[in-house]
Amino acid sequence: MNTRALPLYATVVIFLLAYLLCWLQFPNILSTRVIGNLLTDNAYLGIVAVGMTLVILSGGIDLSVGSVIAFSGVFIAVILRETPLHPLVVFALLLALTTAFGAAMGFLIDRLAMPAFIVTLAGMFLARGAAYMLSIDSVPIAHPFYKTLQSAYWLMPGKGRLTLIAVVMLLTVLAGMVVAHKTRFGASVYALGGGEATARLMGVRQGRTTMLVYAFSGLMAGLSGIVFSIYTGSGYSLATVGTELTAIAAVVIGGTLLTGGAGYMFGTLVGVLTMGLIQTYIVFDGTLSSWWTKIVIGVLLLVFILLQKGLLSLSQSRLAAGG
Amino acid sequence: MTLLKRIAPQLVALALLVALVTVFYPDFLKIGISGDRLVGPMIDVLKRGAPVALLATGMTLVIATRGIDLSVGTTMAICGAVAASAVAGGWGLGPALLLALAAGALAGLWNGLLVAVVGIQPFVATLILMTMGRGIAQLITEGRILTFTDAGFAFFGSGSLLGLPVPAWLWLACGLGMAALMRRTALGLLVESIGINRRASALAGVNATVLLIAVYVVSGLCAALAGIVVTADIRGADANNAGLWLELDAILAVVIGGNSLLGGRFSIIASLIGALIIQTIDTGILLAGFPSEYNLVIKAVLVLVILVLQSPRIAGEWRLWRDSHRASREAALQRGAAK
Repeated sequence: MNTRALPLYATVVIFLLAYLLCWLQFPNILSTRVIGNLLTDNAYLGIVAVGMTLVILSGGIDLSVGSVIAFSGVFIAVILRETPLHPLVVFALLLALTTAFGAAMGFLIDRLAMPAFIVTLAGMFLARGAAYMLSIDSVPIAHPFYKTLQSAYWLMPGKGRLTLIAVVMLLTVLAGMVVAHKTRFGASVYALGGGEATARLMGVRQGRTTMLVYAFSGLMAGLSGIVFSIYTGSGYSLATVGTELTAIAAVVIGGTLLTGGAGYMFGTLVGVLTMGLIQTYIVFDGTLSSWWTKIVIGVLLLVFILLQKGLLSLSQSRLAAGG
Repeated sequence: MTLLKRIAPQLVALALLVALVTVFYPDFLKIGISGDRLVGPMIDVLKRGAPVALLATGMTLVIATRGIDLSVGTTMAICGAVAASAVAGGWGLGPALLLALAAGALAGLWNGLLVAVVGIQPFVATLILMTMGRGIAQLITEGRILTFTDAGFAFFGSGSLLGLPVPAWLWLACGLGMAALMRRTALGLLVESIGINRRASALAGVNATVLLIAVYVVSGLCAALAGIVVTADIRGADANNAGLWLELDAILAVVIGGNSLLGGRFSIIASLIGALIIQTIDTGILLAGFPSEYNLVIKAVLVLVILVLQSPRIAGEWRLWRDSHRASREAALQRGAAK
């Protein structure tokens, strides 16, 4: 049996069990309306978690994504307010900018040979600071094109709304699965996370791969910023504080090994939905306070890290035994 | 003397920074006396820098063991909430302080066990408490901002002793005391040995597991003190905002202090000066009339510059360049002598 896939199975089983428990208490939770909202509310988180999954698979970490999302919102809002540019042009500009930002961080991590988390920490300050410099106040987005985007949805059977941003999120996860599991670049990322020295000996171009990984994460953070601005209809420099931690938690709960080298993109989607489900349950219950979300997520995080640790030592002892 | 040599770059940086702020705000160095206490921007820096300086003391030790403690900000919030709810509940000052310190020690013990016994990477292990901690703090305060009116407790935030603010005394005592403990005994050396190679130091007879746990407990205790100072200063426990972003400032202070993030040799005093540098930037930007939005960007640039300076790869390339330069010069000299 493939021990590497065990965390993924565990994630899926926990998600289904949790859904079953919620359903027993509140049958309405299985309606397409709730499912539609679950996807819409967590669209930005799902997209940014796709980028984070790739980064973590490569053995790194990207703490800058929350700030980049906030920066994206402010950037879009301010540019739309100040210039007559069409939102699609602004989106293209923004994605180019955040991708370049990610690539620059990847370049520094590789060139300076410093821990990724401290370089991306600087990136976090920089992006948040840049957002502050553009505007401290929340800037509303009044462009008519945004209204079209916000009201675009597909009516599912049962009157649930599958919104545009939910579809974008699902497509992004699909694209992430292709990149991670079906391309040579994805294989390089897994190799790098498994061990830098081995990857180099196998012929992985370490510098280029590292740069591309963080560029991809920057692109995803930018896209997530666009989705978040559609979701909230504004840009605010204090938004999405701590999203990087939520994204990391989603990736880990999704069964990806935090030390890199093992994990599945699909697990991340389940991880995001699990966290969304916890929030939905708390809203349904009505008596629980919202801060229980953080505690439950923390406990789940701990459980999965311990599970990974146990599996790792299991497979290592099996290797040592020669089996 | 070696200490002075070690902290010289930080002292020079601080002096330059103070000079720069003075150019924009001439009254920066002015210290007056109001009643029985000293007042002035520099005194304010000493007082406002207390939380980061306290956190940096514990963080220096953790980083010296090649670890990191991301949970200090939330630990501050938890301890502040514990202290405030104990005081507001009429438990009295002493038990409240003890409870807050115990909460900090417990948080540190939890992190230490995860790192040293379970063997999780430090940054992941402390991430768990960082995610959960604010929820716990909010459970304690029941989601409100807990306020209290205890003059004895408020003394720790806004009182003054012999002219200086109490928070300044607290971080000075804690930081210098810890530095003395580390350097006057072999403890500092043992901590460094864990950071350089935990396995080798364990084989050499250092009880690495206990020492690692102890280091995280110290970090938790420092965070508890910082939480007490912050809570006492605003006379209320704010579970959402107390200590927010401060773990990053503490790490930054340690890094500015010239301590390597890759573990090993450390200097608490240099970290304390690092904390003062950060606070001088914060206060200086405000006093000089710049918008405080520049704060984060300046810090980011600062981190980048230090990263380049600390980078093992850049250092290697610089040495290579210097050696080749020296070799070519010597070759030229020899050619000259041969003629």
